[in-house]
Amino acid sequence: MRGLRKAYGDNVAVDGVDLVVARGEIFALLGPNGAGKTTTVEILEGYRRRDAGEVSVLGVDPAVTNGKRGTATSAVAKRWRERVGIVLQGTGEFDELTVGEVVRHFARFYPAPDDPAAVIERVGLSDKIGSRTHTLSGGQKRRLDVALGIVGRPEVLFLDEPTTGFDPEARREFWSLIRDLQSGGATILLTTHYLEEAEALADRVGVIARGRLIAVDTPRLLGHRDSALATVSWRTAEGGWERVHSATPTAAVADLGKRFGGEVPGLTVTRPTLEDVYLEMIGAGAQEAHR
Amino acid sequence: MIDHPVTEPASSEPATHARRTGPLRLGLGQGALEIRQFLRSREQVTFTLAFPAIMILVFGSIFKGTIGDGVKFTQYFVTGMIGTGLMTAGFQALAIQIPIERDRGVLKRFLGTPMPKWVYFAGKVLMVMFIALLETVILLTVATLLFGLKMPDTGAKWLTFLWVSLLGITACTLCGVAFSSLARTGRSAPAVVTPVALILQFISGVFFVFTSLPGPMQDVAALFPLKWLCQGLRSVFLPGSFGAHEPGGSFNLPTVALVLAAWCVFALVLCLTTFRWTTKRDG
Repeated sequence: MRGLRKAYGDNVAVDGVDLVVARGEIFALLGPNGAGKTTTVEILEGYRRRDAGEVSVLGVDPAVTNGKRGTATSAVAKRWRERVGIVLQGTGEFDELTVGEVVRHFARFYPAPDDPAAVIERVGLSDKIGSRTHTLSGGQKRRLDVALGIVGRPEVLFLDEPTTGFDPEARREFWSLIRDLQSGGATILLTTHYLEEAEALADRVGVIARGRLIAVDTPRLLGHRDSALATVSWRTAEGGWERVHSATPTAAVADLGKRFGGEVPGLTVTRPTLEDVYLEMIGAGAQEAHR
Repeated sequence: MIDHPVTEPASSEPATHARRTGPLRLGLGQGALEIRQFLRSREQVTFTLAFPAIMILVFGSIFKGTIGDGVKFTQYFVTGMIGTGLMTAGFQALAIQIPIERDRGVLKRFLGTPMPKWVYFAGKVLMVMFIALLETVILLTVATLLFGLKMPDTGAKWLTFLWVSLLGITACTLCGVAFSSLARTGRSAPAVVTPVALILQFISGVFFVFTSLPGPMQDVAALFPLKWLCQGLRSVFLPGSFGAHEPGGSFNLPTVALVLAAWCVFALVLCLTTFRWTTKRDG
């Protein structure tokens, strides 16, 4: 997409976003609430119209699905929908239906769907296959959403905050499911609030703040994280804590070793976490926008 | 943004269900899904199916008089309740249910799949037909057993019953779908729809003999489908001589057909031009 722009009245939600995601990549979009993540993703999914810019997903402009109101979906749009899987933020459930019924029903919409029972197994809901969906917990409902997103065996999968409400174990299971889908050839674009999720899953991450994409890089290199100053901290003889920021932490530790004549009490050496870098970035982005 | 050349599906594993589901099965499947959801929500089943029957029990016990030509008020009232039942199943149910589904993102979810849009409406139509049929059968059974309603005795009357009901339910269903775009939220839908339905019932001669209503009220009612639906049904269940008591001195079936058909067309145009799949805040 190039120069993507969307405004609601005077409020510019997405302001000139450029991005190319390669086939087979897992790309994570990070950003605070209201930064334009969902708007961007929903334009890519064909739900929203854009004001300006070019967008292509699988070689098709998603706007084909969003023609005039009420007109029948064109053949191109239908073909495109068959190749795209979507997991929205908080979509409606079918309270009175069972997990199995819902997944089997959605499988019918696709030309070459996965086996519904296998999909339910993959998202870890096998023991809930006969349960009405209103009896599921928040995390289980989310897994059902994921099942509906992947049952058509999509080439591109959009996930908008997929693991909200998951416990840590379920999140880890979900990560391995996503990696599994990637090794099956799918391209995955997800938005998330969880930085450790982006770090664990994504080949590259993009940070959106105030409608602008302010950084795109691998999680390891984002914001020059690899070359940022390291923090060395230790306990002083009086029992307090001291720390220095250093570009040469090895030398700093060697100095300390000499000073203490052996073990340095409470020694730690850390680099900024993805979270540190991210928070600094969106903080700077906000200040820039204020000026 | 995600640029791949348009090629055949990437995955080369054999598909488990390599057969594409045909349109007929998609439509029927959607209908089955809707009907199953309806049957599983107990309150909805009880209220929708039992309400008209309870109404005729109540009214039948209160009003025992005749209204002319040996026609009992209960007979008159039953035809009105059949009409109301069709309107409730088509108009009221959909005009409330669709905004709720839109609010909860059910429509948005369907929109994100390759499901052809007509399939959603086909599902609703099948559900409405199912409920209307069930409701009418219950109503007719109660009315014949307890209030001496006579079932149509000629093929011609059955035929009239069939086309009036079908045309009426079609008009009501389409109006329901069209009206569903009016409510901004699922929560406001009942408040928007219920008064409309209730007022129509009063002015269209469901609870009272139509010709005994004030003239201007009759004129307003004549603009809407319910009055004509009830009139058509009366021609089926009341003796032919009662036609003289109708406005204009006959059951006037051609006008019934014309008005109901006009509403079908009008509502269909509204559906096609104004139906909303997502809520306002979804842009």
